Amino acid sequence: MLGLGESAQLLSLSSPGWGANLLRGLANSLQIAFGAFGLGLLIGLLGAYGKLYGGKVTRDLLAIYTTVIRAVPELVLILILYYVGTDVINRIAAMMGYGRVEISGVVAGIWVLGIVQGAYSTEILRGAIQSVPPGQLEAARSFGMPPLMVMRRVTIPAMMSFAVPGLANLWLIATKDTALLAVVGFNELTLETKQAASSTRAYFTFFLAAGGLYLMVTLCSGVVFGWVEKWARRGQPSLKGAR
Amino acid sequence: MHPSAAATSAATEDAREEAIRVTDLHKSFGSVEVLKGVSLTANKGDVVAIIGGSGSGKSTMLRCINFLETPSSGQIVIGGEEIAMRADGTAANRRQIERIRTRLAMVFQQFNLWTHRTLLENIIEVPVHVLKTPRAEAVTRARELLARVGMAEKEDAFPAFLSGGQQQRAAIARALAVDPSAMLFDEPTSALDPELVGEVLTVIRDLAAEGRTMLLVTHEMKFAREVANHVVYLFKGRIEEQGPPAEVFENPKSERLKQFLSSVS
Ligand SMILES: Nc1ncnc2c1ncn2[C@@H]1O[C@H](COP(=O)(O)OP(=O)(O)OP(=O)(O)O)[C@@H](O)[C@H]1O
Ligand SMILES: [Mg+2]
Repeated sequence: MLGLGESAQLLSLSSPGWGANLLRGLANSLQIAFGAFGLGLLIGLLGAYGKLYGGKVTRDLLAIYTTVIRAVPELVLILILYYVGTDVINRIAAMMGYGRVEISGVVAGIWVLGIVQGAYSTEILRGAIQSVPPGQLEAARSFGMPPLMVMRRVTIPAMMSFAVPGLANLWLIATKDTALLAVVGFNELTLETKQAASSTRAYFTFFLAAGGLYLMVTLCSGVVFGWVEKWARRGQPSLKGAR
Repeated sequence: MHPSAAATSAATEDAREEAIRVTDLHKSFGSVEVLKGVSLTANKGDVVAIIGGSGSGKSTMLRCINFLETPSSGQIVIGGEEIAMRADGTAANRRQIERIRTRLAMVFQQFNLWTHRTLLENIIEVPVHVLKTPRAEAVTRARELLARVGMAEKEDAFPAFLSGGQQQRAAIARALAVDPSAMLFDEPTSALDPELVGEVLTVIRDLAAEGRTMLLVTHEMKFAREVANHVVYLFKGRIEEQGPPAEVFENPKSERLKQFLSSVS
């Protein structure tokens, strides 16, 4: 075990310390988590509408997508999507006469995790949309709102209160799943930590610090999602005292 | 009523202007035919009460008029404009339906106010986003309407915190905000506690008095008789009898209507 002073030195942001590396890793992790969560929401919204209102083929394809993604372990999916994805892109590039394409780790990470997140988002949003009382949509239609406006002005705001708790979970999973990207050599927080730890042999210090950083992210997210949920539940009487 | 003949003829001429015409309307859900050829005309300023037993097709008829349900066949003409239908009865032109819907405001049994918006936001929603009225203008008008239905001090309240009667009055204000050429009421008081029915009926009575064109599905026979100038009795998807309220209620011809009236009073 190292003393406090020594740990502080190892974690310091300036040169001999590895603090800056850890923070850079954290920034990368958050960037991917944000991107993947956002992409997942987009896929989820399309997927949910496809599952609810799409034709038979659309619904079958979406059922396969959500089932497969949620059945296969994330780590395996990441390996498959990453290697297959880069391979396919390179083949296409070669076919079109370009050389090897350098794929940015952040972009690849966002795509891979985004596709995984999309499957869970689809299910969360589908459930939330179905929980919106049909009369709310009917009222909107009866006043001449076109379908996209109904979605934007009524369905999405009205479903938020049902979706936010599930989406908050999904966001936390996104932040932690970024750690899995270490297996494809992406410099997110876990890989940066591992490198710092093995160069200095101070495993305990660095992994404790990384754990602390992940915890910070979770705590801050909790606060933010608390606000979001409060906003999404505006207009609904509190359940307190209504048992 | 009018002392001078000229005024009378002007009034009748005005009253003759057609607002809603439904011709030979059929509607099936799967193999069950719920409407079996209903025809009905409402002129401007008419208050048509639609009565009938549960399941007789009253709501379905009302909902076919603004295409919330697509008719299986028939013809619907709103303010002289026929709604284009394909052979299978589905709307041929979504934009036309949307445009026509903005002139036909509906008031629902379950109010259906948007729960995530305040009353004021509910009322300006359609004017601002569908009709593109400038927001400030819509807000001014919404406040007038809220005052009119006796809800002026509740503009910032969310629907879930209000009584059913208050919600329904706000829903009527929301309907009035689009300045509809006709209003469709589907049992506006059926979900209300008895002591709240009166306040909503007062608002509707007021609208009738100012000459609003209304189709009103209701179980409130006394009220129908008081405000309607035409009563339609539906039985199993057909119009069994119709006429002025005095005749329909006091001198019903059909046995079924007699039975129905004695069962509800
Ligand atoms: N979406 C639907 N799918 C299948 N059947 C339906 C549907 N909507 C209505 N029906 C059936 O159509 C018939 C007429 O229903 P409708 O709601 O028009 O009756 P109503 O006269 O309004 O009755 P109530 O007084 O109970 O409101 C009923 O038998 C009902 O079960
Ligand atoms: Mg009904």
